[in-house]
Amino acid sequence: MMALAIGALLWVIVAALVLIAALRSGSIVETGLREGALDFLRLTPRVLIGVVGSGYVAAVLPPEVLAGLLGPKSGLLGTAIATLAGAFTPGGPVVGFSIGVAALKSGAAAPQVIAYTTAWALFAIQRVASYEVVAMPVRVVWLRVLVSIPVPFLAAFGAMLLGKP
Amino acid sequence: MVRKRKPFDWSTALVTVCVVVAAIVVYLRDGQARFVAVFVNDAGIFLDILPKMAAGCLIGVFSTLLIPREMVARWVGAESGIVGLLIATAAGAIMPGGPVTVYPVAGAFLAVGADIGAALAFVTSWTLLGYARALVWELPFFGPDFVLWRMTVAPLFPLFVGVVGRIVAQAIMTREAKP
Repeated sequence: MMALAIGALLWVIVAALVLIAALRSGSIVETGLREGALDFLRLTPRVLIGVVGSGYVAAVLPPEVLAGLLGPKSGLLGTAIATLAGAFTPGGPVVGFSIGVAALKSGAAAPQVIAYTTAWALFAIQRVASYEVVAMPVRVVWLRVLVSIPVPFLAAFGAMLLGKP
Repeated sequence: MVRKRKPFDWSTALVTVCVVVAAIVVYLRDGQARFVAVFVNDAGIFLDILPKMAAGCLIGVFSTLLIPREMVARWVGAESGIVGLLIATAAGAIMPGGPVTVYPVAGAFLAVGADIGAALAFVTSWTLLGYARALVWELPFFGPDFVLWRMTVAPLFPLFVGVVGRIVAQAIMTREAKP
């Protein structure tokens, strides 16, 4: 029900954006539809591999080990492991999200996976080095990374306090 | 949309290799029935998310075309204090584009004299609340329940990073100003 409502909401947003674009000029609508379709075609095989493939990766991972390391009872240590893993995950979103889904399917708890994706989003070392350092003063980047270190822990803690919404 | 052309997508290749190896192990170890069961289950999830993904791609592209980046930069540069952090957080959440475009915008804030806390809140908000990544990547992979769960706790963090970053930056500057 929730999933259906979100799907419907997304298409309402699309319709509104296309309408606004159409009021500005027809060429924006055309460019938008074409680029959106290209993005979708580029993304589909990656998500297919990530979503369908993560089921196999999850089936191969030993659930006892993963549940022990990152499961509901893993607490602060599990969150720290997840945060470190996020920081050291190389590559783009396909890698990060595939690992997160596979971990979730094979016994990791959601707060720990939230810590993982949060750490990966905030300070995956590869992304910081290849995109951020070249575009911003290095000292500011370091300041941002240092100040962000507690955030995955706070996110996991917040998710635990909240429980599943 | 500005895109970095990549000759070969190593990320996807790496994931594909892991998946193929895992699928072969499942087939040999657990047999054909289990292999098919895993496939059918996850293929169902994949088909379910396809229309959401299509909508996400269109929202990403159209908002990039409709929201000028200069406008976002002007909002963030104009305010300071907690209001500045709130505006930077909102700007980061609606900022279209990937890392190729977002970090230079944050760098530009600093260049035009925006407060360092605002620049940090902006980057943090874009990484944690940015709808582009959430819609296009996170929603298909994790599903709406997980994304909502994560998003409910996330809005405080750009403010946290902005406030703490500002305090630390001021402390460093005061220390360096002393002879």
